[in-house]
Amino acid sequence: MPADTTATPPTTGAPARDAEPTATGGARLRAVLGRWEALLIGLLVLTAVFGQGISSEFLTGDSFTTGSLDLSEVALMALALTLVIVAAEIDLSVASVLALSSALMAELWNGGMPLELIMPICLAAGAACGAFNGLLVTRFGLPSLAVTIGTLALFRGLALVVIGDESVTDFPANYTDLAFGNFAGTFVPNTMVLFAILAVAFGVLLHATPFGRSIYAIGANEEAAYFTGLRVKRVKLILFTLSGLVAALAGIVITLRNSTAAANVGQGFELTAITAVLLGGVSIFGGRGTIAGVILALLLLGGIQKALLLSQSISSYWIQIVTGALLVGSVLGPNIARRVSEARRRGTSHTPEEGSTT
Amino acid sequence: MSAQAAAPPPAAEGARARRLTERVFRVRELGIIVAFLALVAVTGILEPRFLEAGSLRNLALNASIFAILAVGQTLVLVTRNVDLSVGSVLGLSAYFAGDLLSNHQGLPIPVVFLLGIALGAACGLFNGILVTWGQVPALVVTLGTLYMFRGLAFLWTNGTQVNAETLPDAFLNLGTDSVLGVPFLVLIALVVMLAVGQWLRDYRAGRELYAIGSNPEGARLAGVRSERRVLTAFVLAGALAGLGGVLFTARFGTVDATAGFGYELTVIAAAVVGGVAIFGGAGSVYGAAMGALLLGTITSSLIVLKVAAFWQQAAIGALLLLAIAFDRFVALRVEAALRRRSARRAG
Repeated sequence: MPADTTATPPTTGAPARDAEPTATGGARLRAVLGRWEALLIGLLVLTAVFGQGISSEFLTGDSFTTGSLDLSEVALMALALTLVIVAAEIDLSVASVLALSSALMAELWNGGMPLELIMPICLAAGAACGAFNGLLVTRFGLPSLAVTIGTLALFRGLALVVIGDESVTDFPANYTDLAFGNFAGTFVPNTMVLFAILAVAFGVLLHATPFGRSIYAIGANEEAAYFTGLRVKRVKLILFTLSGLVAALAGIVITLRNSTAAANVGQGFELTAITAVLLGGVSIFGGRGTIAGVILALLLLGGIQKALLLSQSISSYWIQIVTGALLVGSVLGPNIARRVSEARRRGTSHTPEEGSTT
Repeated sequence: MSAQAAAPPPAAEGARARRLTERVFRVRELGIIVAFLALVAVTGILEPRFLEAGSLRNLALNASIFAILAVGQTLVLVTRNVDLSVGSVLGLSAYFAGDLLSNHQGLPIPVVFLLGIALGAACGLFNGILVTWGQVPALVVTLGTLYMFRGLAFLWTNGTQVNAETLPDAFLNLGTDSVLGVPFLVLIALVVMLAVGQWLRDYRAGRELYAIGSNPEGARLAGVRSERRVLTAFVLAGALAGLGGVLFTARFGTVDATAGFGYELTVIAAAVVGGVAIFGGAGSVYGAAMGALLLGTITSSLIVLKVAAFWQQAAIGALLLLAIAFDRFVALRVEAALRRRSARRAG
């Protein structure tokens, strides 16, 4: 589990990337994409074949539209969550922040405020929720798992307090159309355009800035990061704030997309978002993972869900089972692979030239 | 957390340290009891009907199933793991029990209990094997099985539900009957709590759970068979969730695939509020059960006081945050006290 600086160094976790074989075209491709991302692409192709086998509707623009729309909010939240988990923390409260933002939006709208003013307020509220998490974790030294389980209940509770059991449905059509519609006549939903923009932004932030490098450093070894002069607490505080901000944005999106607001919106989304992040190859112990991997994992999750929904013979209840199995498998698989390769290496240790054929 | 601080000092020092940390524990559990009594008193003054026997009985009944789950969760939390799948396991077992009883009328009730517990234990075994043999973090495993077990329940029920009319009366009476004035459900919760509490306190295997949680590496070096113990903790937590499922059916009669949805949150909150450290090594089942009672009472008293029910969840969240902040504060103080003491000895 993250957030415990006194914990023993993780012996489990994502596969080691340091033992990358050289030469051969396949290996070079793997070096570019990363072993995990290559595996995800393979699974995506499998899903495509499987999905097309289930229904000829699977590989159509229409199915992408509906499939990706359903995953819009989870996808947005997974981006910011990736950064949090790379820093070896966790934020379980994202779906509750989403609900709070949605409830706030509805309540202010009922109060007669224009949406142009409401949206910044919601975003600010979300950022404040994130900062609250971040302050409890960094200033009070509390484990983020416990803090965000607490705020998961707290923020959802506040959403209930704000909106009660009423639900609001009369949002202006120009905004709801924007959230529900497609981009410029294509099959790509507007929400996915928003996701793409944010994905690029978070990708650049994580992979191409000193700030992003410091996230990896903190996630890999917090103490070492601290002693090299990184401002660990401030970085973490920023990450939690970002996570809250993006969750609030997702709250706005889901409110407009469904053109309703109710306090129980998005219940359980945090689990899907975490599944996407871990399936994307981000280590739960921090310090490892890419935005590209998370995007592939989201595509995979969306593809599997859509395939099962399209299927006539397979019950859609399987979605939950498959999602859970993927989550466990994404960590279990590499562990088993490592054990097997270790056992093989031990077995052939007396002939070292043969040992490198992995 | 406090036991973590108490681990290193040598023998003579250890006794004193243990006395100190034990005192802290006792104060911690006393704090919950005081909070509980204060809450009941204040609610009772504002609304005397809250103190009537029927109302208090309901309070205890509502808390019993959560208390049983919280006891199971404590076993897992103490080893520095977590079980998020308890709500889903409860759902599976609740439907299983209802399904068994309505389709096989002659089945003796104890057999249903045993089968429900066995189903829960099997789920726990699955979790435990993935955590120990698979070396997958418990957070990931149980998040995954939270989905999988719930999905299985949906697949199994296929949209149907078990109705109270199809269940034998003898079974449903278990949910409401009393023995010597104590409701049967409460009695079961008490027995579970005392048995597990004794096991954790006085038996080697129980003590080793704490050792694993407060210092995994140290426990391994001291010859504790960590994997086996952690596996045991998960199996027991699963079995107790299975028991909770059967009791759920007895109490509510009507069961569908959503039984116990979201329970994991309340259960973990109960344990943590009751003083079980979320990073292992500290806490008792008594505290956890008291935590369950306190959370249940908050919910009931908010309803009685006609505070909008919407505040319930916010209150639970706030209480959880308060509890961990308080524990952190106490742990830091104890650590400082122990350091001062050993410094004085050395000098």
